[in-house]
Amino acid sequence: MIALSDYLIFGAILFMISMAGIFLNRKNVIVLLMSIELLLLAVNTNLIAFSHYLGDVTGQIFVFFILTVAAAEAAVGLAIIVLVFRNRKSINVDDLGTIKG
Amino acid sequence: MNFVIPSFTPAIPEIVLLTLTSLLLVADTIWSKRYEFATYYATQVILLIVGALIVTSFTTETVMTFDGSFVRDAFSDVLKLAIVVISLGMFLFSKEYLLQAKFYRGEYFTLGLFSILGMFVMVSAHNLITLYLGLEIMSLAIYTLVAMRKDHSAALEAALKYFVLGALATGMLLYGFSMLYGATGSIAFDDMAAVIATGQVDHVVLSFAVVFVVIGLAFKLGAVPFHMWVPDVYHGAPTAVTLFIGTAPKIAAFAIFYRLLAEALPGAVADWQPLLVILSVLSLIVGALVAIVQNNLKRLLAYSGIGHIGFLLLGLIAANPDGYASAMVYTLVYAFMALAAFGMITVLARTGHEFDRVDDFKGMNQRNPWLALMMLFVMFSMAGIPPFIGFYAKVVVIEEVVQAGFVWLAVLAVISAVISAFYYLRVVKVMYFDAPEDASKAEPVARHLTWAISVVAAALLVFGIFPSWVIDLGYHSL
Repeated sequence: MIALSDYLIFGAILFMISMAGIFLNRKNVIVLLMSIELLLLAVNTNLIAFSHYLGDVTGQIFVFFILTVAAAEAAVGLAIIVLVFRNRKSINVDDLGTIKG
Repeated sequence: MNFVIPSFTPAIPEIVLLTLTSLLLVADTIWSKRYEFATYYATQVILLIVGALIVTSFTTETVMTFDGSFVRDAFSDVLKLAIVVISLGMFLFSKEYLLQAKFYRGEYFTLGLFSILGMFVMVSAHNLITLYLGLEIMSLAIYTLVAMRKDHSAALEAALKYFVLGALATGMLLYGFSMLYGATGSIAFDDMAAVIATGQVDHVVLSFAVVFVVIGLAFKLGAVPFHMWVPDVYHGAPTAVTLFIGTAPKIAAFAIFYRLLAEALPGAVADWQPLLVILSVLSLIVGALVAIVQNNLKRLLAYSGIGHIGFLLLGLIAANPDGYASAMVYTLVYAFMALAAFGMITVLARTGHEFDRVDDFKGMNQRNPWLALMMLFVMFSMAGIPPFIGFYAKVVVIEEVVQAGFVWLAVLAVISAVISAFYYLRVVKVMYFDAPEDASKAEPVARHLTWAISVVAAALLVFGIFPSWVIDLGYHSL
């Protein structure tokens, strides 16, 4: 039997991996997008685990909404990345520091 | 198993807005070639219809529908009306700018309307799913708006930064939501509050949830230390879009702050109040100090906005109905002041000249004395100089936070207001006492835009002379 805390720790590990991916990554914007997806998956893991152990279906419905919106979000994000690439011929995170003041 | 058809009446403004916007999206592709401004006028008509629907069905009762996931009360009606009024002004100021910047497209207006729909859903959200969906409807439309100027490298960079940090904020918020669901076993705000009130909630999980929720909300509102996107996005985005980001979404962000902290988590006030104190103190300090060295007016206003967020949070820190009402007054007043300030930059911008540096305003009094006077109104109001409404908004939040026992916080707020007066007055000084940078004659501003900006700026003075209009509105709707 897998305990609730195991799922929560798994979710927390996913969450931390995605945070590390967002803040330590200095190379590619696509990795940022992947990290964001991972963040949402961590949330989904949590919700499903809670839903199962509470015996309540609401959490699973929430997951469906998150999955759907994540797809839309990825579409917008990729579109923006394509525009940036066309404009600068690069999607390096380090090249994205031109607005300063 | 019986299926009950929910009452659609409370959500009629949202349903009408969604239907008309979807129709407009299709109609725009058909008529945009033949009638250049049809989409613009249709947008304004749609907003007027939605505004009229809200006014005619205005209610002071709390009505819930869709199985308790959607709520309509005086709070939501007032905020939605404010969003509609601000958006009307926003689209009015934007049209000329879009033509000048050569990216006038129908999508600007449909995306704007969709994001207004998202704000409506946020304001009326009564469970976590509705709130999340409203937030995403609003945010996805705004990310696209920022990226609409496809040939403008700074705008695209701003869009990418906004997208990544916005998605990160949403992720944080959702992580907090999952913990909240786990701790309380419910996603409806009133059920959550009831479960927490029984005291049978694991306090560790609840504190975790509150921390993540507050971080996510602070990201969305742009409070220090989660403010790093604000100046870059305000600066990089086309001014018409900055005008959009800086005004109506603040109202929606305040609404979800209120719904989550005051309606769902009043039992966890001991957990979120200290966090808000930290956010508020840092926002007040950074907003006052960093803006001093800014030479770009959009960036300056971004930092000044962070300072205003610090003031807004003071009202929430008080954590009682009067405190929330004062924060609501502050939000509405700030949104109007931001509309006037960014609107001013938007109407003054010309092709190839964004008019967004402080130096661009040099000698404004000689070139266009009337608009210089209006800009003076806006700057005085933002600085909190009586008799402008910005002063009374600051007075009510400070009063509430003193009554809640945070005298030191009120002192800090006043000090930061005094420091920030420096950079507002710098703009006024540049307009009235410096010589223009180039002797060329300023291009005239269209008469209807001069009128519109004058109405908004003069309203700051009129409401300042009769402050009870705005303040009572806030205190009666909560």
